[in-house]
Amino acid sequence: MSIRVNNLTKIYGNQRALDSITFEANKGEIVGFLGPNGAGKSTTMKIITGYLPPTVGRIEVCGLDVEQDSYAIKAKVGYLPEHNPLYTDMYVREYITFVANVHKVSKSSLSDRIDRMIELCGLTREQNKKIEALSKGYRQRVGLAQSLIHDPEVLILDEPTTGLDPNQIIEIRELIRSSSENKTVIFSSHIMQEVQALCDRVIVIDQGKIVADDQIAQLKSDKVEVVSILLEFAEAIDTMGIENIKEVISVELVEGAKYRVKATTDSDIRPALFSYASEHGLLLLGLQQEEVTMENVFQELTKPKL
Amino acid sequence: MIQVLKKELNGFLNSLIGYIVISVFLTGIGLLMWVFPETSVLDYGYADMETLFSLGPYVFMFLIPAITMRMFAEEKRAGTMELLLTKPLTDWEIIFGKYFSGFLLVAFALLPTLIYFYTIYHLGNPVGNVDTAGVVGSYIGLLFLGGVFTSVGIFSSLITTNQIVSFIIAVFLCFFIYTGFESLAAINVWGSASLFLEQFGILYHYRAMSKGLIDTRNLIYFLSMISFMLLLTKLILGSRKW
Repeated sequence: MSIRVNNLTKIYGNQRALDSITFEANKGEIVGFLGPNGAGKSTTMKIITGYLPPTVGRIEVCGLDVEQDSYAIKAKVGYLPEHNPLYTDMYVREYITFVANVHKVSKSSLSDRIDRMIELCGLTREQNKKIEALSKGYRQRVGLAQSLIHDPEVLILDEPTTGLDPNQIIEIRELIRSSSENKTVIFSSHIMQEVQALCDRVIVIDQGKIVADDQIAQLKSDKVEVVSILLEFAEAIDTMGIENIKEVISVELVEGAKYRVKATTDSDIRPALFSYASEHGLLLLGLQQEEVTMENVFQELTKPKL
Repeated sequence: MIQVLKKELNGFLNSLIGYIVISVFLTGIGLLMWVFPETSVLDYGYADMETLFSLGPYVFMFLIPAITMRMFAEEKRAGTMELLLTKPLTDWEIIFGKYFSGFLLVAFALLPTLIYFYTIYHLGNPVGNVDTAGVVGSYIGLLFLGGVFTSVGIFSSLITTNQIVSFIIAVFLCFFIYTGFESLAAINVWGSASLFLEQFGILYHYRAMSKGLIDTRNLIYFLSMISFMLLLTKLILGSRKW
């Protein structure tokens, strides 16, 4: 068990930023932290890295207590804070060397390690530039390189892909995935596709509480009770017949001879639709189940409670 | 600690700050010692370095806060403080790293003024007619004074995110610790406590050292001032955990 957060509460003044959060993360897992702005994602990460103290609760990283062994934990954790702060007046290589030295990477493997990290993060051409001269995407890579330089057991990334263009996002994702073997990775985002593309497991936080903690596939099937199926016929049909099928909730016309059928998830309705069409001699051109997106799940989970 | 110290020193030497501090200090002191008629040694006619040691503290009073003002303030503003505090460094390592980098820069600035001593040594009539012991004591005093000012500067840098605020607070505190206590003691209300109050100021101990007598009481005063300021700094840096 690499990370164990037990009953964590954080109170700022009279605001409850985190309310009795409990979760665990195992080695080799990529866990996504999902939640709207201000939900408490960054606060949780700052507490796990030992930057902020918890108000109540116990956090263990690699079996060590965050409050008692913070020094030992800091050596095992790689952390990319939100907004990726960097010493902009340093050179890329100089900065990475500084972080490597702080982490006491052994002298003999130091320059090898730095070279490898620079290559892995695609910074070879930029390594002799000042950080302030780099674009946002490259700065993000520098941030990642510094968090990975000491081969940490736990990697904590706070919104690593904000402000990047789509190509850079894909590259950074690849980078996280390729460097995450044998590590525990926790990364936060408020972008659903991000989490979907990268994580095995999602923890959804809303207003300081965990509202879901599950595998992505599981989360989708749990939270969505209605499937929607797109039907396309050769010509317009009478929808009454379809509405009579047991699971169907509603049928609506999309355009021309396309219909959207909403049905409960009790059983797969597609065979029934297909046989209905053939029985009535209707020419079915298309039948497609619409994919449930994480957006739906996210909205479902974080909608304001009445 | 070495890593932080190296990073800060490189920061001074890669940017203009280090060179500006050293050249402004040397130009200013050089002009005061050799050119400006009111303070010039050449016009004064006596082979001593009083100008350097009496005006040096006032130059330091502005230069050292200028060196230290960014040390924590800038890190807090840019968010790199979070980076530094989540690395395997203890609070003391960070504070000492920053402290000694500032102190080393001050020492570097002071080093070339040894040439002045050589010059004056030879200007003396007969050659070597200088109060060498007084000069050595004064140099040690000035170094320690630089050490106290640096610790004050580091402390002021930590209590704000604004470099200008940090600079102003540091200049004021340095001024107050240097001459403030003495001036305060001169008010005629303290009675016999006046001497006691005066001893809180740097000037009292600095003056004693410039006579060439290295008294442990004075050394202990300087070291405890530095420790006190750094301890306060540690306390405030640690207060994030409260």
